[in-house]
Order: sequence, then structure tokens, then C-alpha cells
Amino acid sequence: MDDLNQLLLGFQVALTWHNVLFMIVGVLLGIVVGVLPGLGGPNGVAILLPLTFGMDPTSAIILLSSIYWGALFGGAITSILFNIPGEAWSVATTFDGYPMAQQGRAGEALTAAFTASFIGALSGVILITFVAPLVAKFALRFGPAEFFGVFFLTFCSFIGTGRENKAKIVASLALGFLLAAVGLDTISGDLRLTFGSPELMKGFDFLVVVIGLFGVSEILLTIEEGLHFKGKRAAMDLAVVLRTWASLPRYWATLLRSSVVGMWMGVTPGGAIAASFMGYGLAKRFSRTPEAFGRGEVEGVLAPETAAHAAGTSALLPMLALGIPGSATAAVLLGGLMIWGLQPGPLLFIEKKEFVWGLIASMYLGNVAGLLIVLATVPVFAAIMRIPFALVAPIILVVCAIGAYTVESSRFDIWLMLVFGIVGYVFKKLDYPLAPLVLALVLGDRAEDAFRQALLGSGGDLSIFFSNGLVSTLMILALLLLFWGPLGQVRQLIARRIGLARAAPASP
Amino acid sequence: MVDASPPISERGISRRLVETLVALSLLGVAGLALWDSYGRGAGWDNGPENGFFPARVAWILVIAAIATLVSALRREESVFVTYSQLRLVAQVFVPLFLYVLAIAFVGIYVASALFMALFMVMLGSFRWWQTLLAVVLTPLIIFWVFELQFRVPLPKGPLETMLGY
Repeated sequence: MDDLNQLLLGFQVALTWHNVLFMIVGVLLGIVVGVLPGLGGPNGVAILLPLTFGMDPTSAIILLSSIYWGALFGGAITSILFNIPGEAWSVATTFDGYPMAQQGRAGEALTAAFTASFIGALSGVILITFVAPLVAKFALRFGPAEFFGVFFLTFCSFIGTGRENKAKIVASLALGFLLAAVGLDTISGDLRLTFGSPELMKGFDFLVVVIGLFGVSEILLTIEEGLHFKGKRAAMDLAVVLRTWASLPRYWATLLRSSVVGMWMGVTPGGAIAASFMGYGLAKRFSRTPEAFGRGEVEGVLAPETAAHAAGTSALLPMLALGIPGSATAAVLLGGLMIWGLQPGPLLFIEKKEFVWGLIASMYLGNVAGLLIVLATVPVFAAIMRIPFALVAPIILVVCAIGAYTVESSRFDIWLMLVFGIVGYVFKKLDYPLAPLVLALVLGDRAEDAFRQALLGSGGDLSIFFSNGLVSTLMILALLLLFWGPLGQVRQLIARRIGLARAAPASP
Repeated sequence: MVDASPPISERGISRRLVETLVALSLLGVAGLALWDSYGRGAGWDNGPENGFFPARVAWILVIAAIATLVSALRREESVFVTYSQLRLVAQVFVPLFLYVLAIAFVGIYVASALFMALFMVMLGSFRWWQTLLAVVLTPLIIFWVFELQFRVPLPKGPLETMLGY
């Protein structure tokens, strides 16, 4: 009940004129970011983050999280109209969204996608409203060992649930940790891994890395595909929207299923992409007409969008309550919080109540605003995609360079951005996942501090990580997730052996 | 070795080669980190020394890099990037490189204008006034947003000094 009062106070914070204005501006910017190639959620937020340093933290985070909502909505536009997924989690949306657009049902597909996004996001926000304070309260009892346990769980679930080659996920994580270690060590005060270079003394700023990895590399990848986009036209009018909405209650089971899948996958990190595919797969399996999927079935748009957005939103839950982001964009937002001097984690719920609840309230409002704005402005944003790439690309690159520079007012950072642009291009082409790298870069110092403090407390004894029920559970869960894939393979292998052993005597 | 791989339709840089190079670079990074960490102490001195954590992460990176190297050598050969794609990428990358280089000398505004002009002339098919409009307007808008609205100073060169900024 207390939390609901807090939420009402939060709405009062979020509903001031200038915060609503920031919300609308954020959503519009976010849609642009989501529609344009080379700008996605993570680096759209990263580029704009330095501009918000002068604002008060609540307004700043409302602006930035609205960009996030906008980018989530915008991704669907390109998936459906152009068959180009704006983000990895909109890949599944193209399966049925683009065929619908080809059949001239683009308006229907877009309405379905936006509404599904909205429902997914809403279920994520509701989860945050009710569960985040409980998690935060629970986490107040955490010591360094428990915190390291949670970090460990996060990284292991990335490795365990990732679709990429496991060795590459580990390599990406480890590289992120090493990059995070460069510069001043907070505990001993020594310089590490700088090799005497003064430019490296301040370390690698994650914003610069994100702008390079996600921005510059995306432009390079897009150019590779050729310079032209061929899109379908979308006719949006109120009749189409209302007719689509009227048909939605029929799919309540799909929406519910995808929301639950999304929420679960979002809280356990690395999941938005997996969630969208799982949502799609489940909808197809439970459908009465599975053969219609892939040929323009509304359910095939609804299911992945709901799941992806439920996951994308739920990814903010561990970020707020534990200080551990569930996605690359959440990691960037978390970095922003730290720059404003807000330490995300359980204490935030006690010390900065009005900030936390203002943010949660803005999630409700931002999504409502996002849905209305995106429905009203689809034709405008679809037109953006028709601007020649030779004009859009240099502007994006200029904006990336400015974004990298403004983080620390350092020209060296622009060079770093270029280097990470190449790294991102090569890594993406070789299927090295980038999100673990960013996550490790943002969390590296804190994970290391927790690890060292825990070991200091125990005098170097690793059994501290199994010293009580809570931390043991976390570590065992983490190890289970880590070895989930290999265990499954072993199980299959054994099952096959047994199967062979049984089959052998039957056919002598 | 007998060439058993399926015929490659378009020529390009071998994926196996790039995979190997990346894995070797990762090994190099891990080696540097190990050298630095053990140089400062990665053991136990009344608590973990400051190289303790990076050294362990670097060892994990060594294992992961070797694993990717092995699977890279065992995988079927394919094309990482075709030469025609690489030419397109270079058409973007070379101007971008020159742009970053130019920022140091002429400031970000002039460099952005030159970069956009180069990019639009090389890759686009615009009328001259369209290019001119974009080239002039973009830096002006950036100047208005950053220097005047948000009061964030950006790198400037001789032209800006001449104009009194």
C-alpha cells in the first residue's frame, strides 16, 4: 500500500509540464533513433547522455528512458515496412510483419506491433512496480559476497542462455572486464594496464565504446548491404487502428503467454532477443493454424513484439533494484545514473524515493505517450527511411563523433570511437555478442570491488562464496546456468547411448 | 590439403583468416594484461593485490581465445567480406578516418562540413545546391544546439578563432 502511495507521488513528479515535454521529445527522438540504421537504443541513449549532465537527474532519466521506449517502438516500423530489423529483437517481427505489409496490410501489422509492444512494456512496468521494491528490500541484507554472487549469476546467465558460440561470449565478457580495469584502481590507487600512456589513465569510457561498437559499426554494416532501402507504404487511419484493436482480445492467450515469457527472460539478463524468438515459437506451437505463420499472421507479429518489450522493460528491474542491468541499453542508463551520482541498487529505493518512483511513473506515461505518438506519426517516420543514405550516414557519423567527444571533452575519445567502430564491425560479422562486453565494461569495477572485498573479509578463502544459504543459492544457480548447455548435451548423449544399448539387443 | 569446400560464388577475405586474427589479437590483449598484472603483483598481500582480478580474467580470456581459435580452424571456410563489399566499406571508412584526423586541425565544424561534402559527392547523387545546403546547415545547427543551447564547447579551429569564438 505504501508503495502505491509512492507511485502516486511519482506520478506527480512525472506529470509536471517540463517532464511531460521531455517525455514527448524523448519518444520522438527515440523513434528516429529506432528507425535510422546506425542508431539504436544503446548508442542513441549514449550519444544524448552527455547533453543531460546539466539537467536534474529525474528529468534526465525520464528523457533518456523515453528515448528507450521510442527506440523500441521505432524498431517495429523498419521491421514491418522495410524488412530490416532495427534491433536484434525485432528480427522475429519481420517473419510475419513484412509479409503482411506486402499484402497491403501494413497498417494492421503496425497497429498490432505497437499495441503488442505497449502491452508487453506495460506488463514489465507492472512487474517493476510490485517486485522491484521487494527485491531491493531483500537485497539490503546483501554483503560483498552476495553482490558478487548476483554479478556472477548475471554473467553466467549471459553465457548459459546466449545463442552465440559460448567461447565467444566468454571472450567478449573477459574483454569488457579488462577494458574496465584500465586506469586508476579505486582500491589501491594505482594505475593499471595503462602502459605509461597518459591517454589511457582515465580508462575507457563505456559511452565512447558503445558509440563506436553500436553506432559506427552499424553504419559500416549497413553500407555493406548496399545503399538503398525498398519499403512498403503504410496507410494508417483511425478505422484500421480501431478494427485491429477490436480483433486483439481474441489473442489474449498469446499476449499473456508472451508477456510472461518476456518478463522472465528480461529479469534474467540477455533475454530480449531470446524472448522474442521464444514468444514467436510458442505462439506458433499453440496456434490452431501453425502453417499460416510466416505468411502474414497477426499473431506472428503480436507474440514476438509483446515478449521483446516485456523483456526490454523488465531488464530495468534488476538495474533499479540491484544495480545490475539486464540489457545493453539498461547498462548505458545505469552508467548515466552513476554519472549523476546516483548509486543504483537497493539503497536507491530508500535514499532517492522520489527519483525511483518518478521514473517508474514515467514508464507508464512514457509508454502511453509512445503508443499514441507512434500511431500518429508512422507516415512521417517511414518517410525518414526514404531520405538517401548518403545524406543520413554522414550526419549520424558526425553526431557519433560529437557524442564521443562531449563525454570527456577529449579528442582522443574520437579516435577510440573509430577503433571500437572497427572492433564492433568485425565482432558483429564474426558473431561475437556485444552486449556482454558493454555489461562487463560498466559493471567491471563494481564486480571486482565486491570480489576483492569479499575475499578481504574471508582472508582469501573462496568458501566465503558458499558461506550461507543466500550466497550459496546464487552461486549454485549461476553454475547451473553456466553449464546448462553442456549438461543438456551430456544428457542427450547419455540418452542416445542408452537408446543405442536398448536398440542393440533388439536387432542382433 | 584437398580443397573440399563448396565453390565460393564471390571472392573475398576468408572468414577463417579473420577469425584466427581476432583470436590471436585477443590472446595478445590477454598477454599484455597478464604481463602488466604480474608485473605489479597478482597474488596475495594482506588481501588481493591490484593485479589479482585482471590476471584471472586474462587467463579466462586466454582459454576462450584458444577455444575460438580451435573452432575457427575446424569450421568450414566461408567469405568474411567480399571485395566489392569491402570497397563500399572503405568508401565510408576512409572519409571517416580523414574526418577524425581533420578535427585536430580545423575543428569539428569545418571538418564536419568537409566530411559531409566528400561523403555526399562520393556516394550520393545529389544536386549541387542540395549538397551545399546540407553542408552549410548541419554545422550551423550543431553549433546552435551545442554551443548556444547546451553550452557544451566542441573542438574549434582557426576559422572559429577568426570569427571570435
